[in-house]
Amino acid sequence: MIDLQHVNKWYGQYHALDNVTGQIKKGEVVVVCGPSGSGKSTMIRTLNRLETIQSGRIFVNGEDIYSPGHDVNKLRAGIGFVFQQFNLFPHLSARENVMLSPLKVAGMSKAEASDLAAELLTKVGLEHRIDAMPAQLSGGQQQRVAIARALAQKPPLILFDEPTSALDPEMVGEVLSVMKQLASEGMTMVVVTHEMGFAQEVADRIWFMDAGKILEEALPRDFFSAPKHPRAQRFLADILSPKMVGHAPDAAEALA
Amino acid sequence: MLDILSQYGMMFLVGTWPSGPVGGFAGTLILAGLGLGLSFPLAVLMALARTGHIKALRVFSTIWVYTFRGIPLVTIIFWVYFLLPVMIGTTVPAFTTALSAIVVYESAFLTEIVRAGLDGLPKGQMEAARSIGLSYFKAMRSVILPQALVNMIPSLLNQFVSTIKATSIVYIIGVQEITFSAQQINSIEMTKALSVYLVLAGFYFVACLGLSQFSKWLESQIRNRQLHGV
Repeated sequence: MIDLQHVNKWYGQYHALDNVTGQIKKGEVVVVCGPSGSGKSTMIRTLNRLETIQSGRIFVNGEDIYSPGHDVNKLRAGIGFVFQQFNLFPHLSARENVMLSPLKVAGMSKAEASDLAAELLTKVGLEHRIDAMPAQLSGGQQQRVAIARALAQKPPLILFDEPTSALDPEMVGEVLSVMKQLASEGMTMVVVTHEMGFAQEVADRIWFMDAGKILEEALPRDFFSAPKHPRAQRFLADILSPKMVGHAPDAAEALA
Repeated sequence: MLDILSQYGMMFLVGTWPSGPVGGFAGTLILAGLGLGLSFPLAVLMALARTGHIKALRVFSTIWVYTFRGIPLVTIIFWVYFLLPVMIGTTVPAFTTALSAIVVYESAFLTEIVRAGLDGLPKGQMEAARSIGLSYFKAMRSVILPQALVNMIPSLLNQFVSTIKATSIVYIIGVQEITFSAQQINSIEMTKALSVYLVLAGFYFVACLGLSQFSKWLESQIRNRQLHGV
């Protein structure tokens, strides 16, 4: 479904994506992890052309999406995208947020789009908040509206760019459980996340990135029990047992 | 002051109408209303050009803004008044001259207000709108402009008020509006300049106050909906 071939991207001198190559099959859930600044978000944003690339090719459903004249609106209409900061439209209610793409892109009637929105908001557990404004919703609720908005495009593929990183800890679970449900229904998903529990439980494969490269591609059980690349070993050691003293000596002293 | 108002009330309100063209306060409102009604959509287009990706349009709108923002309204009025008839080879009514000058001048300021409103929205709004498959123009129409315009209401109001007042200057080319009426009344009365111009000021004040109150009400209605739903 997705095929990246030798993709390179620079921000000025900075090599953000370094010869990235990889494939994702239909129905697969791929979790992309790595330290911050490793190019994970940049990579996932190239898949619906929110970023430009300087060389290489990316195929989605067999189409070269960076070829001249490729219809970017049609591409994006077929891919859901969930942002770290939710990016709900604050002037529209939850229902209207979900309705926008069916109405303006798919050309659905207002009544149909409204029913679809209600159905999808119910699916993500927000049947009691269908007509709430984004400002009235918690972070976790907003992100679930954002997922419903992506689902309203009826996409075969959804991209998640750190969907729980902006959430308070107690709201992470509600978003992850919606994502788990989607995965179990066979949705193709690419998920950039630091939630290693989710990765272990749901991912079919892990991509580990650092410095703009995919350093390791592995099954979750192999990646978490025996990471091959030294950088991945260090990364896992850091996030699975954070050493407070090593990272913040001042804080440790203050506590002692 | 009241005697001025009672004696010349109709002249303040409608000028010499119905024996002449509509003038007075009605003339001012028509000029200001048309001025805003034409310059605002023009400013939205100019702001889109100024923030867009097409270089020729960006350069054109930038030059437009810097030129007309940088010169006084009265010089634009004179240019249009003397130059336009030469260029198109026919006389142009004073009202059309005045209206064109006001639209050109005000659009420069309004463009910058709209541009600031567009730039002020978080980048993620456009990204999210494009991500659900909306084209650039659909995203602008459904997502960006509705939010940006609400954020701009206070600045827009400022400019609208200043437009109403700016129409007063067009009396110099003989356009029938309320300042022109006041001039006429003053030359009839000779000795009551203070009262005449106080009444004149009162008319502008009421118009601007009304507009301010309306925009405040409008903004609070919209903000309420955003915070608390319908």
